[in-house]
Amino acid sequence: MNAVEIRDLNVWFGDGASRTDAVKQVSFDVAEGESFGLVGESGSGKSTVLRALAGLIPSWDGSMRVMNEPLGLKRSRQFHKTVQMVFQDPYASLHPRQTVDRVLSEVMHLHGVKDVDTRIEKLLRDVGLGPGFRFRYPHQLSGGQRQRVAIARALAPEPRILLLDEPTSALDVSVQAEILNLLADLREEHGLTYIMVSHDLGVVGHLCSRIAVMQLGELVEVLGVAEMRKLKAQHPYTRHLLDSSIQSVR
Amino acid sequence: MNELTSPSTKPTWREWLLAEEPTSRRQARAVGWYQGWLAFRSNTLAMIGLIILVFLIVCAIFAPLLATHDPYAQDLGQRLLPPGFQGNLFGTDSLGRDIYSRLLFGARISIYIVLLVAMVAPLIGLIIGTIAGYAGGWIDVVLMRITDIFLAFPRLILALAFVAALGAGIENAVLAIALTAWPPYARIARAETLTIRNTDFIHAIQLQGAGPVRIITKHIWPLCISSLVIRVTLDMAGIILTAAGLGFLGLGAQPPSPEWGAMISEGRKYILDHWWVATIPGLAIFAISLAFNLLGDGLRDVLDPKESGQ
Repeated sequence: MNAVEIRDLNVWFGDGASRTDAVKQVSFDVAEGESFGLVGESGSGKSTVLRALAGLIPSWDGSMRVMNEPLGLKRSRQFHKTVQMVFQDPYASLHPRQTVDRVLSEVMHLHGVKDVDTRIEKLLRDVGLGPGFRFRYPHQLSGGQRQRVAIARALAPEPRILLLDEPTSALDVSVQAEILNLLADLREEHGLTYIMVSHDLGVVGHLCSRIAVMQLGELVEVLGVAEMRKLKAQHPYTRHLLDSSIQSVR
Repeated sequence: MNELTSPSTKPTWREWLLAEEPTSRRQARAVGWYQGWLAFRSNTLAMIGLIILVFLIVCAIFAPLLATHDPYAQDLGQRLLPPGFQGNLFGTDSLGRDIYSRLLFGARISIYIVLLVAMVAPLIGLIIGTIAGYAGGWIDVVLMRITDIFLAFPRLILALAFVAALGAGIENAVLAIALTAWPPYARIARAETLTIRNTDFIHAIQLQGAGPVRIITKHIWPLCISSLVIRVTLDMAGIILTAAGLGFLGLGAQPPSPEWGAMISEGRKYILDHWWVATIPGLAIFAISLAFNLLGDGLRDVLDPKESGQ
């Protein structure tokens, strides 16, 4: 079964003369349990696809289905229980005046979870934070610790699908690896479906089995990671992207 | 810090309040308050403001004990006595009433007016501003145009119109001042909301399925309140003066009551020959205004989320 099906998705910002089309006629499927990567330069519309899917951008047309349920403008409670998101910048994605405990217990409350205390402790253990972090404020945490809290928040409603919007690009290189390994472990443990946006082919290659390449709002090619490793891309833009990625490693 | 907070060593209050890793919700909140207090305490000017304010409030509470005369007792034989003369610390006014005693009882009225306005006006502004900012669209347009209309009137004239419609008296004066004072707060709250609305932590809670009421009251209000509190403390002087202006025009506190603004307007007739009648209550207004301004400055340093967040 496909966890996510997107057909002919268009997303735009502004109206009339100032309208800019950020995403044009994008279609792809993500199977349940798969880890799917969206890559491209900044401005290619890859984050916009993710945000439209999450329901954060109202101006879109085409069709999007999650677990065979078509999505409208308003998202259901069931959608929020199924799909969660981890944001790019862990410094902006946590409320500056709320402790870790407050953030997590509010999410539990919204999803009607009983037994909040044990669940919070388990969640913090799952993301590699001890109980000592429970009553801290975001400004008392490092970037990596904040991102772990953000991941815990996304996992709190026990979602099936996790949307990852460049979850490591705001972090130090050493911390990036920790977070990537954590995400890989969590996927295995909970059987999650990932859709991950990144401009870093190395990060996507580490975590994803299939990648879609986007350029100027259009999806130019979908290829498996094995093909990517062998540099067997069809589209010239993908080849260009792979070449520049290899050069930066050298 | 770890060994200090472990239960076996029994931490002192100070250690408990400075714990790096609080162990309960109650302690986390106490730690937050205590650290705010420490930041506030290191600001000397703000502490001076707080001390003046506490002093004035204590004076108002214990006015009956501290007063040397009955604030309403007239003695025409003793009128317009200079300060320090015949047991009248600050002299007497045109009806021979002791200014020192009237000042103490007047503090009750003035602080009462200020606190009531300070609770009502920012609340109206906060509700209207955050709703307008978060909802956007036509709700924003309608609410902000109403705000513009209120802002376009001269404040005292609008307050006068309200008092004229509602009737004279302190409560109506408070209501009138509050109804004219909310638009700037609505503007601030809306501006703050517009910047907060598109942050990822609001997106995150939207993604958890939270409704607009929960987002506005639990996530946006806490971040708006600090800038409003600062603005309110800086506006206190203006509120006292507007109340005094209404009293001066006979529409606020009514004559025998020792409201500070009304006392100044009574002293106006004698200002050239008997300076103290108007000057002493003027100094009291100056002191309380200055105290609130200093306090507001200190609170800005403590509360501003943009600075304390880092």
